[in-house]
Amino acid sequence: MKIDKNTINKIARLSRIKLDDKESEDYIKDLNSILDWVEQLNEVNTENVEPLSNISSSILPKREDISNDTNSSEEILENAPDKLEGFFAVPKVVE
Amino acid sequence: MSKSSLKQTLKDLDTKKISIRELNQDYLKRVKENENLNVFIHFSEENVLKQIDNLENDNSAKKLKGIPIAIKDLFCTKSMPTTAASKILENFNPTYESFITQKLLDEGSIFVGKTNLDEFAMGSATNTSFFGNTINPLSKENEPLAPGGSSGGSAAAVAADLCLGATGTDTGGSIRQPASFCGVVGIKPTYGLCSRWGIAAFASSLDQAGIFSHNVEDASILLQSIAGFDQRDSTSAKVDIPNYFENLDDDLNGKTVGIPKEYSIDGTPMEISQIWEDAIKVLEKKGVKIKNISLPHTKYALPTYYIIAPAEASSNLARYDGVKYGFRSEEIDSLDEMYENTRAQGFGREVKRRILIGTYVLSAGYYDAYYLKAQKVRKLIADDFNKAFKECDFIVTPTAPSAAFPLNEKQNDPIKMYLNDVFTVPASLAGLPGISIPFGKDKNNLPLGIQILGKHFDEQQVFNAAVSLERSYE
Repeated sequence: MKIDKNTINKIARLSRIKLDDKESEDYIKDLNSILDWVEQLNEVNTENVEPLSNISSSILPKREDISNDTNSSEEILENAPDKLEGFFAVPKVVE
Repeated sequence: MSKSSLKQTLKDLDTKKISIRELNQDYLKRVKENENLNVFIHFSEENVLKQIDNLENDNSAKKLKGIPIAIKDLFCTKSMPTTAASKILENFNPTYESFITQKLLDEGSIFVGKTNLDEFAMGSATNTSFFGNTINPLSKENEPLAPGGSSGGSAAAVAADLCLGATGTDTGGSIRQPASFCGVVGIKPTYGLCSRWGIAAFASSLDQAGIFSHNVEDASILLQSIAGFDQRDSTSAKVDIPNYFENLDDDLNGKTVGIPKEYSIDGTPMEISQIWEDAIKVLEKKGVKIKNISLPHTKYALPTYYIIAPAEASSNLARYDGVKYGFRSEEIDSLDEMYENTRAQGFGREVKRRILIGTYVLSAGYYDAYYLKAQKVRKLIADDFNKAFKECDFIVTPTAPSAAFPLNEKQNDPIKMYLNDVFTVPASLAGLPGISIPFGKDKNNLPLGIQILGKHFDEQQVFNAAVSLERSYE
């Protein structure tokens, strides 16, 4: 078993998702079965194969070096759950 | 199904046989009659009437003037909220318009509403949506069927004739599979043909927008309208967009079709093998050379996809933190508590599952074994297609391993659900264009789909083969 209670807690923490005990149990089961299933990739010989990260056959074009304003801070803040004096507001971080 | 086509409607509008108002009121009526299908997350009659008013006062010539189009609720729209079918974006009102919806607005189309989908496009049945299931319009009474997914709302909107076309996105089959389930046409173009600007990101190296329509001609018209270079998407391709519709040519004489032997999978229903053979026979009669090809790494496409897509998703979905937009939990004693509770309460089960698995395969010590390995196998899968396309002009396969299944049937076993994408995922990994067209029925009279794949940016060949098959079937 690749994923145990400790591992799922660690991943959940890295993902910033709180899990209750029942959920942890379920995800341990799901993740293990998915990881067992993807294990079959080890049958494939990938020696000297370059990893493919961008399938796009086009060359990244450069844009003109011209500045533009596409968003105002007002627009950016429009959907914020909490804001204060032109900033995003979050719970207090330092005492 | 003899439904009104976009092509014919444009003619009728042009010759004043019907007005923009009459046309859209007809569609509004059907939308209201079909509310039980739960096709739309957002629909406002007032909004549609306002768009009609505006167009009536607009004398400029526009290519899609007055045409009712449904928009997958993954595209940011200024005039309507955008939720990605997630609680975490329940109250999100974009302050900008996606590239594709802007193009459709510029052409004068009318947005009927925002269609339902699997949460953040993660699913194959439109059953992971925070806003409930969409029901396949082809369901019999008391036997609700899934419309496929993730773009199930858009496929259903076209199938129920609630619009003349709809936008979708396809990461591993999310346009082609629901098109097959709902008996409509769905095209996923080449990765990079349509800008991803303003589309909520799922797996950025795979996500691509496309079109649902009643027939191939309409799809060719609509794809042309949404394609094109956009400097705000760094993977957007600078290629010439041909006039797909004008160039449609159903004469396939002398072309070669590739039939990949690896797509004959044990356990595929007879009916699916049968329509595949039928399609090949039709092509043969049209003078197409049949070439048996091999795509040896096909069986590894699904496990490769289910490493790469969740990995990219876990990174893309990090932005939903309860700070910038969307839902924020009430339990926020500290900053970390706020993040963890917001994401725990805001995301659904499948999305969390994919974020967790993605985080795991990218985490220290596992990156090489999973993510890097998957990227290498992805290269081999793409190379398989490159080799195959040296010997053929296009490839024909079934779209999905089954017809539409009953709602909620496959919910408990994630891997069983993932197998829905077995025929669509390989082309997604290789970035190739693919279309699904209705072709034949199963024993319950439900539609089945044939998939046609082409070379990068050879959408024209895909359309030509599709229109040829479609015309022979009608």
